[in-house]
Amino acid sequence: MSDDSRPGREISLTVNGEGYSARTEDRFSLADFLRQGLGLTGTHLGCEHGVCGACTVLVDGHAVRGCLMLAVQAAGTEVVTIEGLADADGNLNTLQQAFMEHHGLQCGFCTPGILMTLTAYRRDCPDATEADVRQALSGNICRCTGYETIVRAALAAWREMGAR
Amino acid sequence: MSTTAFVGQSVKRLEDPDLLRGRGRFIDDLRLPEMIEVAFVRSPFAHALIGGIDVAEALQVPGVLGVYTAADLPAGMHGKRILLQVPNPAITHPLTQEPLASREVCFAGEAVAVVVADNRHAAEDGAERVVVDWQPLGAVAHCEGALAPSAPLAHQDSGDNIAGRLALGFGDVDAAFKDAAHVIEGRFTPHRGTGHPMETRGVVAQYDHIGEALRIWTSTQTPHNTQRGVVDMFDMPEDKVRVITPDVGGGFGPKNQVYPEEMVVPALAMMLGRPVKWIEDRREHFLTTTQERDQVWTLTAAVDGDGKLLGLKGLLIHDAGAYLPWGIIMPYISASTVPGPYVIPAYHLDVTVAFTNMVPTTPLRGAGRPQAVFVMERMMDLIGHELGLDAAEVRRRNFIPADQMPYDMGLTYRDGAPVIYDTGDYPEAQRQALAKAGYDDFAERQQAALADGRYIGIGIGNYVEGTGLGPFEGATIRVLSNGRVAIYSGATPAGQAHHTTLAQICADELGIDVADVDVVLGDTGVMPRGAGTFASRITVTAGSSVRLASAQVRQKLLALSAAKFEVDAESLEVAGGEVRITGAQGDSVSFAELARMTSGMPGYVLPAGVAPDLEASAYFTPPQATYSNGSHVAEVEVDAETGLVTILNYVVVHDCGNVINPMLVDGQVQGGVAHGIGNALLERMVYDEDANPLTTTFADYLMPTAELVPDCHIVHMESPTPLNPLGAKGAGEGGTIPAPAAIIAAVENALAPFGVGITECPILPERIVQLIAEGEDR
Amino acid sequence: MKPAPFTYHRAETLDMATEMLATLGGSGGDVRVLAGGQSLMPMMNLRYVAVDHVVDLNPVAELAGMSFDGERLRLGAMTRQRDLLEHAEVRRRLPIIAEALENVGHLQTRNRGTIGGSLAHMDPAAELMGLAALLDATVSMASRRGQRDVAIADYPLAYMTPCLEPDEVLTGITIDTWPAGHGWDFREFAQRHGDFAVAGVGSLLTLDATGRIDRAAIVLIGVDERPIRLTAAEGMLVGEKPGDDVFGAAGAAARALPMLADALVGEAYRQHLAGVLVARSLDSASARAGGGGDV
Repeated sequence: MSDDSRPGREISLTVNGEGYSARTEDRFSLADFLRQGLGLTGTHLGCEHGVCGACTVLVDGHAVRGCLMLAVQAAGTEVVTIEGLADADGNLNTLQQAFMEHHGLQCGFCTPGILMTLTAYRRDCPDATEADVRQALSGNICRCTGYETIVRAALAAWREMGAR
Repeated sequence: MSTTAFVGQSVKRLEDPDLLRGRGRFIDDLRLPEMIEVAFVRSPFAHALIGGIDVAEALQVPGVLGVYTAADLPAGMHGKRILLQVPNPAITHPLTQEPLASREVCFAGEAVAVVVADNRHAAEDGAERVVVDWQPLGAVAHCEGALAPSAPLAHQDSGDNIAGRLALGFGDVDAAFKDAAHVIEGRFTPHRGTGHPMETRGVVAQYDHIGEALRIWTSTQTPHNTQRGVVDMFDMPEDKVRVITPDVGGGFGPKNQVYPEEMVVPALAMMLGRPVKWIEDRREHFLTTTQERDQVWTLTAAVDGDGKLLGLKGLLIHDAGAYLPWGIIMPYISASTVPGPYVIPAYHLDVTVAFTNMVPTTPLRGAGRPQAVFVMERMMDLIGHELGLDAAEVRRRNFIPADQMPYDMGLTYRDGAPVIYDTGDYPEAQRQALAKAGYDDFAERQQAALADGRYIGIGIGNYVEGTGLGPFEGATIRVLSNGRVAIYSGATPAGQAHHTTLAQICADELGIDVADVDVVLGDTGVMPRGAGTFASRITVTAGSSVRLASAQVRQKLLALSAAKFEVDAESLEVAGGEVRITGAQGDSVSFAELARMTSGMPGYVLPAGVAPDLEASAYFTPPQATYSNGSHVAEVEVDAETGLVTILNYVVVHDCGNVINPMLVDGQVQGGVAHGIGNALLERMVYDEDANPLTTTFADYLMPTAELVPDCHIVHMESPTPLNPLGAKGAGEGGTIPAPAAIIAAVENALAPFGVGITECPILPERIVQLIAEGEDR
Repeated sequence: MKPAPFTYHRAETLDMATEMLATLGGSGGDVRVLAGGQSLMPMMNLRYVAVDHVVDLNPVAELAGMSFDGERLRLGAMTRQRDLLEHAEVRRRLPIIAEALENVGHLQTRNRGTIGGSLAHMDPAAELMGLAALLDATVSMASRRGQRDVAIADYPLAYMTPCLEPDEVLTGITIDTWPAGHGWDFREFAQRHGDFAVAGVGSLLTLDATGRIDRAAIVLIGVDERPIRLTAAEGMLVGEKPGDDVFGAAGAAARALPMLADALVGEAYRQHLAGVLVARSLDSASARAGGGGDV
């Protein structure tokens, strides 16, 4: 039996610099909303219980798990997802290019969460050591790479960003 | 001649730009108009009869469109089970799953009903409201317990819990033991969980009523297996069932199976006339995606006075789980992998495959080999201890020497042919690994650490792995009218970068750039025959097919151009996307033009003897497996008070023959070792005595994080094989296979002062502390 | 894994929040407060918990904030774990807090997770509960019926059940700092950084002019439904000089306590770990006493 008048509300927020208004159910996670409500499927769901980090996005600059935040809580905030990292012409940013250069991804499913965690972490700790980076990534699980190339890519990108 | 611009180079991945931009298209990213979603009603009991299913309350839930049980599925499905694609006469009870359990559930999580709704949220609301009258039955919770006379029956209608029995061996084992200088026994209990790719499973199905054709997307390693299963279940012609693979977020083995959801979702699409989507959530993955789980080994080795093996015999009890979707392949692989790189004159292993009331077990990265290597390497260390030989030395005395390759290792394969290790230098692999690991200095370092109150240890793991499994993986190469070259193959990637690897091989053959190659994989509509990506086989099979088919296309390009220019083919060269007369300026024809010429344009007359269309297919069939090998050396520190293990250093010597893309191989090795670290120190799928799963979230089932996986020092050896045109061997599993053996040997070595012996895997901190206490009591 | 349906309510002020709890709860509905969501949302996604109403405290600005008043530190319930971890004055005056918070989940967790949320959730392995017990915190709560303070020792009622009434909001905690030069250490055992601790220890001590311990506080987390203060061991340490034998005795005292056991970790191992961690923690804390350590 189908029912179209489910509880829900319209929310407005900024994602990757663009304003959006869309309907969400109260219980939709931010990740659900980005993926289904806005069609931004780059943010992935790996566990929905706050361990794997695949759903990590930036909300008002902070790396958060999209699966543990309600969409309604993100109303009025500025969200950045993986779709917001490349420039307007689609050119990969320094971190993304370093991942390509250093084979920092295999299946690519965890990659969006990892890139967002690293993006926020780089801003907060530009002088991080390798050990710091590994600890910062402890909330992001990758089952393909064994992490070495991810860490290498991150440090290479930061060296380049620091050099500028 | 073909070039080597790409093969052998660390070409950057063609897959990356889209994935890095968040433009991957994984199964849950698929949205079709009018699509509906489902959730399954799953058994909370490991073993129960289904008394009755009441869906009345569920149907009232807002957003729910219907609830279906086995009886509601199309009549043709009633009483049918999923096709068993690896039959074997040794299987006494070839049981596979029904699409929805109709009468009896045999593992916790087995589905008995499906709720269809506007979205997943509503479907789950509905699933919660379905009332099932469960009648619990006794459950079998361990493979050894399954064999006890008083054990409950895993299947109500069976006489016992035996899925099958095997025996493998060669030589005269009794004679070997008769006058042996030493007889060494061991009992081992290796355990492995599951792969937990970051992306769970998922299926989308759409039925075209007009064409009577079914289109299925599934997060799989083998669309052809799924297609075969669907064709069998629905009795449909295979050209009416198309299975397409989206981007897949990791596989590691379990996504190579055909699952009940891949039957139910298409059935619903056909019944309801709307596209249907099911995405597995992580809890479902814990319950219903296959694992490897438990084996119990008892082994006895007969050894001479120098520590050389005379014979090895034993018994393996293997936990099959509740059903046999992959037959008894995995215990067979375990049994046949035990001898490894060592000379063993006589070998006999009896294998009992037991049913239990847990999710079925099927190959997970390594496919039963990690367990075989674990037991063999532990036996080697036991032999070393018994004879007072260093771990490296006892192995040295038993290696198959390089000058004996190709080596008939004694077993016969299922077709009666002998198992022959083709190429590889096993002693040299260990030698290089030990050198890289600073093995010779280790004793000194260990003593110094001990004086400091620190316990460090070193361990070795050697392996030989059959790769490049047949029957084949084909490739079709086609020059398109826009000048690009397309590869179609049944290879189905989940992160291994098949696109890039296959494009490299093709580009070299045709003298083009990898960027000019389109690769379409994992689609039965485009490639009707295939096996899929598993068992470290694709570079060998699909890669060789690409090489052969590309070479044929090259010949066609030359033949066509020779006719067009009225010259001999020898005076032509293929480069830069065109065919030109060597040396002559201006006399060239592009691939695009050639493709248009042969596309069927009216009025164009084909030259005599030239077949139309610039296309070729090849189905490279390997004559036998090709054997990769390697040696791992792990160095660890154990906190003897807490039991925490830290890996200090990890060395891999890896030989997969000729390497197509070194960067990708390193990635597979590093990633494989990470799984091995999980198997050795972290990953345990725990069930209680009623076979209920207890570790069902990532808070309980621990996988390695970035802080736990060291940078592996990888040394490559290349022993090319004559068994395929590329000289290549498989590389996807070698990082995992010996890792638990090496790490656990290192832990035991670190705890030698306490007299600890470790025969289990994983070894967790609590257990380490227990073993130390027991050692101290002794 | 999607949560069961509920209605979301956004509280802008503490008064609004308490009003909502009273009204929605009063009409028979099941109401939960949503703070950082790092504990509640997983449980709701897994459907271990289903509620009719969720009251979001995140917009309530008056509940966030940290302030020192002399020796007293007040932490608002909606203070983000990240902010507490990075607070310069807290790091300087009570460095054990930062050392403990480094273990709370991962950076994504701490960006949303709050002090109050962790205290209200009362997981046996919660570092913040351990700190509250170690620092003899006073927990403040508010409802439409008024405000009240509860000593941390009286705060836990049962497994994951604080003495918080259904219509009450935890508004903050107050702790007294330790004098400059105190020694501190927080450590826990987990196989991976950020996992729930199998067992954890926090210890604080001060040394007198003769180098003897004149004050000690030791807390265990992860071993029982509530943090355990090792009051007997604390008393035993006073007057003693730091050393392996005294710290070993404290460890032995810890080991003797009954502890949680579950299908994954046995009681004996927890007891053993507690003993090891207590001794190591006290050793580290004493080395840092007298200004001998940095966070």
